[in-house]
Amino acid sequence: MTGQPLPEPAASPTATDAGVPSTSRPPRPRWRETLGLLLRNPTAAGSALVLLGIVLMAIFDESIAPSGANQISVEDRLQAPSWEHPFGTDDLGRDILSRVILGAGVSLRVGFLAVGIALLIGTVIGLLAGYYGRWVDDVLMRFMDMLFAFPAVLLAIAILAVRGPGSGNTALAIGIVYVPIFARVTRASVLGVREEVYVRASRSVGASDLRLLTRHVLPNAAPPIIVQTSISLAFAVLAEAALSFLGLGTQPPNPSWGLMLAEGRGYIDLAWWLAFFPGMAIFLTVLCFNLLGDGLRDVLDPRQRTLMAGGGR
Amino acid sequence: MSAPTPVLEVEDLRVRLRTPRGPADVVNGLSYSVGPGETVAVVGESGSGKSVSVLALLGLLPRGVATVTGRALLQGEDLLTMPPERLRQVRGPGAGMVFQDPMTSLNPVLTIGRQLVEGLRAHSDMDKAAARRRAAELLGEVGLPDPDGALDRYPHELSGGMRQRVIIAIALSNSPALLIADEATTALDVTVQAQIIDLVEKLQADHGTGVIWITHDLGVVAGIADRVLVMYGGRCVEDGTVDDVLEHPAHPYTRGLLGALPDLAQPAVDGVVPDLATVPGTPPAPTDLPPGCVFWPRCPVRGDARCETEQPPLVQIGPSSGALPHRAATWCTETSALGTESSGEAR
Repeated sequence: MTGQPLPEPAASPTATDAGVPSTSRPPRPRWRETLGLLLRNPTAAGSALVLLGIVLMAIFDESIAPSGANQISVEDRLQAPSWEHPFGTDDLGRDILSRVILGAGVSLRVGFLAVGIALLIGTVIGLLAGYYGRWVDDVLMRFMDMLFAFPAVLLAIAILAVRGPGSGNTALAIGIVYVPIFARVTRASVLGVREEVYVRASRSVGASDLRLLTRHVLPNAAPPIIVQTSISLAFAVLAEAALSFLGLGTQPPNPSWGLMLAEGRGYIDLAWWLAFFPGMAIFLTVLCFNLLGDGLRDVLDPRQRTLMAGGGR
Repeated sequence: MSAPTPVLEVEDLRVRLRTPRGPADVVNGLSYSVGPGETVAVVGESGSGKSVSVLALLGLLPRGVATVTGRALLQGEDLLTMPPERLRQVRGPGAGMVFQDPMTSLNPVLTIGRQLVEGLRAHSDMDKAAARRRAAELLGEVGLPDPDGALDRYPHELSGGMRQRVIIAIALSNSPALLIADEATTALDVTVQAQIIDLVEKLQADHGTGVIWITHDLGVVAGIADRVLVMYGGRCVEDGTVDDVLEHPAHPYTRGLLGALPDLAQPAVDGVVPDLATVPGTPPAPTDLPPGCVFWPRCPVRGDARCETEQPPLVQIGPSSGALPHRAATWCTETSALGTESSGEAR
């Protein structure tokens, strides 16, 4: 019960709340208030909507896609966009639109999995380091610094070289690379929250450390972590594309946006649509995650929150 | 007042904090006791070590930064040498604490009910439903209207006075033997302040709770305290019954504090309201305490050669009205200010 929603675009069943003023009774849980404020921000609401669409597309890919991902038809190869193939076809005559739709699942799965790993490990490390301080902090954060000191791509490549290519390992590699980022963000936030009077007050009635951490410190330290999650999702999708582009991520013939970009590179002057459409898909997804992250940051900032709730409409 | 076994007995409490500017001696040898049902007011300016001295008792100072020495017996058990798990058990049933700012003392993301139930369940194997019922009872006891409804409210939906009642309810939820109120009414307006004080006095009468009331409001002290302890520079500079200290202040600092109280009854002269009296200067930095009397740099009297070099001991000064000795740590107890006292210097 963190009281805050994870920024999964799919998790907006209360989207109809958008226009309800925040003074309504009975008292609404904080996360619903947050969601209401978020959806009042047109940019963030639009981004959430687009991301919701992309996620739905990834879920129902089989039924939406006009043809299979690997349906080869040599006579249709390198067709320019047309009514029959809106995004054109590639060098093997596969329908690009279908491959973009089917590739969404791969790209998003890797993104969510990678950020999930980083969020879980990084938050726990940051929480312990920030809350206990002293030697716990020193040991954990120096370890994080070490991980951070590696160039990100090099570290991911090293992990993939050991574990072998594939989308699962790509997610693991990206996740490990992002752990120190989450650890740092969490630690910084926890350092502020642990000095709050209510943490001390709760300790003064005999709450245990575990309770203080899970009930008082983490929920109040969550906002920057949530924003970081949203922005990291964008980077993870990009990183998956980059690793697939390098031949270390998703393996052909599976469609993934990054891989399609790599495959289209050879035909860029002959058939621009091979690289253009998967590139646009990456661009749109990353942009929306970033805009959503910005929106979340505004909404979750207590100072801005008061302004928006007060003079919002 | 000192006949029954005290709830809390503090002896020679010292707190040293590690700071970037070197060690800071924030509390320097504080000794006092709180009897059952007794209220001890600790007064002094900001930075005189009042809050730190009570946070140290409950082990609430940041780990690794504070070094606490001395003894603090809560119902016979030394809080300062207790293992952490025992200390956790004592927080709540042994001693409850109310903090200064009701706006920040409640977790904004949890309902009032959850926060109350948390305190209750930390010390008993009460089930959730029973804890909830008890929580509603407690809220009723502290005078919150619609206690059942309030359980499901979030802190931001309550006013400051209401929140402070909730905080008091949480502090009292385990019927502590000792209640520590750290500037509990400072952030509230006077009418709410009066209600809160009444509430604490009533609860104290019902449960026999010993109370440490930290404040810099001498009006509150006069209203609530049985005994007063004046702190300056981490030391007790004067203590005694509330009548002795407020009516016959012996230490120049106490006199300064009392003199700084605005007198609203005093008529304006030709429409001009007289300036407020102040104690000039600021308290000494705890990293750099003066060698002699801690108050010397700001003292308007400085009537003794030893003021600058030698620390005055806390000694009894003349007769006292109650069962409690009236003591002060100063070289210059002025005859005029003491009224009936004769000797100019206490030894």
